[in-house]
Amino acid sequence: MTNKRTEILVGLFVALGALALLFLALKAANLASFTGGGDTYTVQARFDNIGGLKARAPVRSAGVNVGRVTGITLDAQTFQGVATLEIRQDILFPRDSSAKILTAGLLGDQYIGIEPGGDEKNLANGDVITQTQSAVVLENLIGQFLFNRAADGGQATPAQ
Amino acid sequence: MNFLQMLGRRALDVLASWGRGALFFIDLLRAVPAALARPGLVIAQVHAIGNRSLVIILASGMAVGFVLALQLYNTLTTFGAAESLGLVVNLSLVRELGPVVTALLFAGRAGTSLTAEIGLMKAGEQISAMELMAIDPKARVLAPRFLGGIISMPLLAALFSAIGILGAYVVAVLLIGIDAGNFWSIQQNGVDVWRDVGNGVVKSAVFGVICTAVALYQGYETEATPEGVAYATTRTVVTASLGVLAMDFILTALMFSTP
Repeated sequence: MTNKRTEILVGLFVALGALALLFLALKAANLASFTGGGDTYTVQARFDNIGGLKARAPVRSAGVNVGRVTGITLDAQTFQGVATLEIRQDILFPRDSSAKILTAGLLGDQYIGIEPGGDEKNLANGDVITQTQSAVVLENLIGQFLFNRAADGGQATPAQ
Repeated sequence: MNFLQMLGRRALDVLASWGRGALFFIDLLRAVPAALARPGLVIAQVHAIGNRSLVIILASGMAVGFVLALQLYNTLTTFGAAESLGLVVNLSLVRELGPVVTALLFAGRAGTSLTAEIGLMKAGEQISAMELMAIDPKARVLAPRFLGGIISMPLLAALFSAIGILGAYVVAVLLIGIDAGNFWSIQQNGVDVWRDVGNGVVKSAVFGVICTAVALYQGYETEATPEGVAYATTRTVVTASLGVLAMDFILTALMFSTP
């Protein structure tokens, strides 16, 4: 029966296509890392300068992915950048943990690194991390460097 | 005066052909439910359109993956960013090359055969014969092919991207020696399922509609002569390819312009 054979071949084709989609979703994209964590809790971190951090950037502790940045807003009262972090439910950080904005490699994307503190109580849903270190902004760094050079007395005058 | 008249006639002709195309497309959409009621016809068309395009799609995807990996490696090493090779290959395949190149190959491989088939049916007056027997040729002949094209295209594009990434894996990991764990993890960090893979699938479905509808329209409107069929198949490739490229620009602007 040619009809049955056609149907089997089409079934094979569709299954192959579905398999390719599954491969793209699981192996070559981030679906697996989404579903792996399961439940999460949300904390906020306030930074003076958020730098190049983007929503969906990873949250890491000791270099290991523990969550994701879900949103970035500006607090209109304090003019601080507020990053909302979603952290895996099974990983609890002490309440006095600090958050830093770090860069992966020289030109890599920015992410938030959490360094655990020593408090006995843990961060809970809705808490705010207050001990933070802002992103390093290159312009400020260069500005500081030039300022220091000037403050040193300017004995190193660069050749014009 | 003569020149103005000629210009006016041209403009009216163009408008009329656009109108005919639009009316044809609406008729085609109307005939889709009738085709859904007869899945056997659609399955036969998925076989003719999809299965038979597999070889060219897989071979091209593999070749594109190989070449992308080789070329990008040369450029990326100058920035010390050879590790991100997998990510660049993945994003360019999933977002752009997969859907677009598949659609262009599809227009050449499946679109022409659809046009020629319908055109010869028309030349042999089979379509008129159906109408005489009170069978709607749009529901019986065109709609199953239309559906078959729309089903096949996203699957073919996904296969193209997947085999391309595997091809890049062969070159990058097995030949060049980039770390395999790095190759995959940077993709998993940088590629989003809905934004990148999902939008790629949406793109290829839209391209499937364009290619198949253009091919069917050209076949249906062909002059019922050997030359007419020859012209119609050529026009299918040209129109479908241009339509895909134009639509790709619009879709990319809509999908990926905002961060």
